[in-house]
Amino acid sequence: MKFTQDSKELTDIARELRVDILRMLARSGSGHTGGSLSCIDIITALYFSKMNHSPHFGKDADRDVFVLSKGHAAPALYVALARCGYFDRSHLDSLRKLNAILSGHPYSPSTPGVEVSTGSLGQGLSLANGIALGYRLDGKKGTVFCMMGDGESQEGQIWEAAMTAAHYKLDNVVGIVDNNGLQIDGKVSDVMNIEPIGDKWRAFGWEVIEIDGHNMESIMDAVDRAVAVKGKPALIWAHTVKGKGVSFMENKVSFHGTTPSADELEKAMAELAAV
Amino acid sequence: MKNREKKSLRDAYGATLAELGAQNRNIVALDADLSGSTRTSVFAAKFPDRFFNMGVAEQDMISTAAGLAAAGKIPFASSFAIFASGRAWEQVRQSVCLSNLNVKIVATHGGITVGEDGPSHQALEDLTLMRVLPNMTVIVPCDAVETAAVMRRIADTYGPVYVRVAREKFPVIFDADYKFNIGKGVILRHGSDVAIIACGYLVSKALEAAEELAEEGISAAVVNMPTIKPLDEDLVIQMASTTGAIVTAEEHSITGGLGSAVMEVVCENEPVPVIRVGMKGRFGSSGKPEELMDYYGMNAPAVAEAARRAMALKTGPVQQNKKD
Repeated sequence: MKFTQDSKELTDIARELRVDILRMLARSGSGHTGGSLSCIDIITALYFSKMNHSPHFGKDADRDVFVLSKGHAAPALYVALARCGYFDRSHLDSLRKLNAILSGHPYSPSTPGVEVSTGSLGQGLSLANGIALGYRLDGKKGTVFCMMGDGESQEGQIWEAAMTAAHYKLDNVVGIVDNNGLQIDGKVSDVMNIEPIGDKWRAFGWEVIEIDGHNMESIMDAVDRAVAVKGKPALIWAHTVKGKGVSFMENKVSFHGTTPSADELEKAMAELAAV
Repeated sequence: MKNREKKSLRDAYGATLAELGAQNRNIVALDADLSGSTRTSVFAAKFPDRFFNMGVAEQDMISTAAGLAAAGKIPFASSFAIFASGRAWEQVRQSVCLSNLNVKIVATHGGITVGEDGPSHQALEDLTLMRVLPNMTVIVPCDAVETAAVMRRIADTYGPVYVRVAREKFPVIFDADYKFNIGKGVILRHGSDVAIIACGYLVSKALEAAEELAEEGISAAVVNMPTIKPLDEDLVIQMASTTGAIVTAEEHSITGGLGSAVMEVVCENEPVPVIRVGMKGRFGSSGKPEELMDYYGMNAPAVAEAARRAMALKTGPVQQNKKD
């Protein structure tokens, strides 16, 4: 893998990872497309620029940790891990298959680089807090990043964990909300409105940084600022587009839990190649 | 039997946890605003930096404990049994068991002897809920000595564990040098006519019942079965084959707990009649602990009666079928 601070280069990596995600999902025939494409720019910035990590680090190194609380976006995590060398890229062919190392949702014993199991929503931030408390006890320097969905924010446990991080002043926790505005049954605002989301996190004692979650420079800057916050946890409130990068998938609820057909994959590849 | 000294299992938990904390700095404790009741407060007083009060938020507590375990700690998370097992069940499943993380859940106030607080607080389903989870070990100590021995053992053994103790003081069964082994039952009394397999508070009741039965000339074996999962299958089969009739006794629903676990093993290996003593398909009510144990049939006379029924069934099924 290669670390870079060049936002143009990172944008290119994110585009290549979008290709990987779509190919992988088309081959699998099952999985979540929209929410993987909405968070891939942020995951790219973390794994290829901002996080201190390596598949070769021992468990006790000062490594940063990423927890994908919105576990259905597993394809976005898997393509990043594969490209970083956590496992061979050939495994991407066996997503969701029997005995594959890549489960439908992150399953820690089976996938190198996946630290905790997630998928049932709302538990990731609590897990991140626990890792952060353990790090603090051991004097480790790592930051724990936790990506949540906006729909996921309807889970009560998210707010229990928000209280915990603030109460214990976990400035080694960085939350990220992939705010793409859509969930399975429709618009988040129609299904169960979570706004004003930034005010809620601020009221719970968090520093809130609001950004365009597809602007690589904004993402990089937000991560730096979030890590620098002291005495309290920080949240990156990232506005994103579900299905981002493929015109006919953008803002379509129908692509939440479906995969591209052969035709759709071809059209998507043409669009991504033309960028 | 009735004159045995009574001691608190949760006191033994708190004291042993603090002792373990002094030996191993990786041990941490979490509680959900009940540290005084669960006795994690003893640990908290000695190791405030390693104690995390999570407030009234059991789901967050369990997942946070899982995160601490992922970071290499040995978390002991405590609350009342109904909340630790029920309120946070899916967190125990995904955050803890699915990743096979080294989280010890020590639930207090299990069973109906929580008493006056009533049915909302009486965990009679927790063993069922925990027993069904892969990777999970489920333990119900019968006295304070066994509780301390369990704590020392699980702190040294990797993997998720659920330990259930109660609010009440229980009669002391074991001597101080008792050795606890995960997955092993203990024969407390040998017998040839019927075997009573019990856990928790019902172990002392089973011993009382065996004395009552002895006066009638019935030879009843009594087994303390602290580990509900993995169950000591060899001992259960041995009891079935040597006595031909089994009674199970637990301060828990007869659905899914020790009784069900024993039945599963007996039916598949050494079919003999099994009668379960425990809560029978209903919720409890407020009342004094012993009053409730008597009212809902979890006492020595109920165990003795179950033993007589189990023995009567030894030749029963064939006769019953012929009536059809």
